[in-house]
Amino acid sequence: MDILIYGIINSVSLALIAIGFTLVYGISRLPNFAHGALYVANGFIVWSLLNILQINYILSIILSLIITGIIGAAIYQFILIRVRGMATSEIIASYAIGLAILEGFRWGGFKGMTYTLPVFIEGSIEIAGIPVDFQRILAVLIGGLAIFLLWLFTHYNRIGLALRGMAQDERAAMMLGIDSDLMALIAMALGSILAGLAGVVLLPMGNIVVEAGYNVLILAIAVCIVGGLGSWVGAVLAAFMIGFAQIITVRYIASHFHMVVALLAIIITLILRPSGIFGRQKQLEERV
Amino acid sequence: MIEERRKERLDRGIKVRSEGIYAISSWEEMAYLLLPRLFLISGMLALPLVMPGLYWQRVISIVGIYSLLALGFDFLANFVGLVSLGGAFFIGTGGYIAAILNTSFGLPPVVTIPVATIVGAGTCTLLLYPCLPLRGVYFAIVTLMYPLVFARIIEALNILGGTDGIVGVASFPNRWIEQYCILITVIISLFGLRRLVNEDIGLVFRGVKDNDQAVKASALSINLYKSITVFIASALGCLGGAYLVHIYMWSGISQFALDFSIIPIAATVIGGGGTLVGPILGCFILVPISELLRAFGTLRIVFYSLILVAFIVFRSEGIVVYAQRRYHQFERWVRV
Repeated sequence: MDILIYGIINSVSLALIAIGFTLVYGISRLPNFAHGALYVANGFIVWSLLNILQINYILSIILSLIITGIIGAAIYQFILIRVRGMATSEIIASYAIGLAILEGFRWGGFKGMTYTLPVFIEGSIEIAGIPVDFQRILAVLIGGLAIFLLWLFTHYNRIGLALRGMAQDERAAMMLGIDSDLMALIAMALGSILAGLAGVVLLPMGNIVVEAGYNVLILAIAVCIVGGLGSWVGAVLAAFMIGFAQIITVRYIASHFHMVVALLAIIITLILRPSGIFGRQKQLEERV
Repeated sequence: MIEERRKERLDRGIKVRSEGIYAISSWEEMAYLLLPRLFLISGMLALPLVMPGLYWQRVISIVGIYSLLALGFDFLANFVGLVSLGGAFFIGTGGYIAAILNTSFGLPPVVTIPVATIVGAGTCTLLLYPCLPLRGVYFAIVTLMYPLVFARIIEALNILGGTDGIVGVASFPNRWIEQYCILITVIISLFGLRRLVNEDIGLVFRGVKDNDQAVKASALSINLYKSITVFIASALGCLGGAYLVHIYMWSGISQFALDFSIIPIAATVIGGGGTLVGPILGCFILVPISELLRAFGTLRIVFYSLILVAFIVFRSEGIVVYAQRRYHQFERWVRV
């Protein structure tokens, strides 16, 4: 029973982490390796707004999401747009940006146990005899809501439909008058906001540490690779697979293997089926 | 009315004259060919002599290790088309093998380093073999994950000394031996690889990069050629790792750290990819700067991440490509 409950919580958290990464990749074919950095950056922004500027918690969350979105858009507009289409340069450039942000925070003195965000609602509840705190339940709810809203946005909104058009066939979308660079910019901003949202929801359960940025990046990549890069349904399903696999491993083997599961999932998926479980097989692009 | 002009670039006469066997017809042409190479070799050999103090001499050895890694990265990325972000994996494998051979079997560095190079390169090639058909982003991601997964497994299983690592590895008998061995290895690998990519097999390597289907259609096994190149690159990395272990007299998880993956890439971008000399020059610039900035802690990582971004976005050709152009060609303005 506890495996089921914690499995669901873990899976939804993973889906929340990965959905921004898969959104950006799906639309602009841009692996955003600065994803983990944006996740941590948003946590620090909320913390600063809350403790230094003394702004109301909800307001500072909203503000921080906007700021993170702008940072993401700026990264795309000023740096990544120039290397778009060159796969290696994209990875190296975005990874270097992420590294600069994270190590900048580490240098700036954000380390140790001192930086925590308050939980949204204190207390816990017992579900089927297992105590679950409200923050985790809220995380599941917010994660589900975010995925649902994203689905609505991409199915019933002009911009959302344009984004999906880009994801399916960039050239055809451009012929129909969709501005490819603008859409990629929007996708990057949206992806950053989703990374930030994941940070806001998940960081109160622990401390804000720089290492979380690297782990989040690995988890996001794991989910996206297993689900198939750019496939949104695949990402959600893969989040559940990896989420439960992690919880079962932690329960029956040892908690050290938490990250090993995700890393091995990446390597095995890439070796056996690089386009993931639900990705469209594009044999020639992926492997010889 | 403005006169429209453009810049025209032409090869220097001496470059054209010295291309074939006729280069040996005059001292001038021979000097044109030999001077840059002699300058590089003598500069590298003279470095340990001019370095002040023990600390900077140690830095020279570290630069040599990074140079080997960067050389391997450049070779794989620009001549075979495999972008490997897993430099740390090679360093870690070579390092652990050398450390185990030295501490458990009591072998001296003269034996452990070559053995770790060959065995480590074999191990790396074997482990990476299933990933070799992957291309582009997929190969890059999978190689980025290899060092991380090995570090985590060592940590989780508490094998090979766990988080403490293996201590008590023998050091080199003499610091001059330590520095000259690595520098001479770098020079030999550099010129060896340059020769290799201009042989017939180098043509196949570039074929794999540019159009692997054509290579396949010529009845050549792509996987075989890719594994040969991975073996060469990982041998360079493992040699560096084994060397590092003997310098620090310690082997641990930090040898799988991202430093070893990111600095060679930065050096290649700054020095100029596809030249093989570029990455080495990049290391000789970047690593000492990073040592100077050591006092600033992790700010130096921020610093070279930003340099990397700036170079990749604004000046992706690199220093050596630019220098080569100035050396071989001259520019002039011509009317359109």
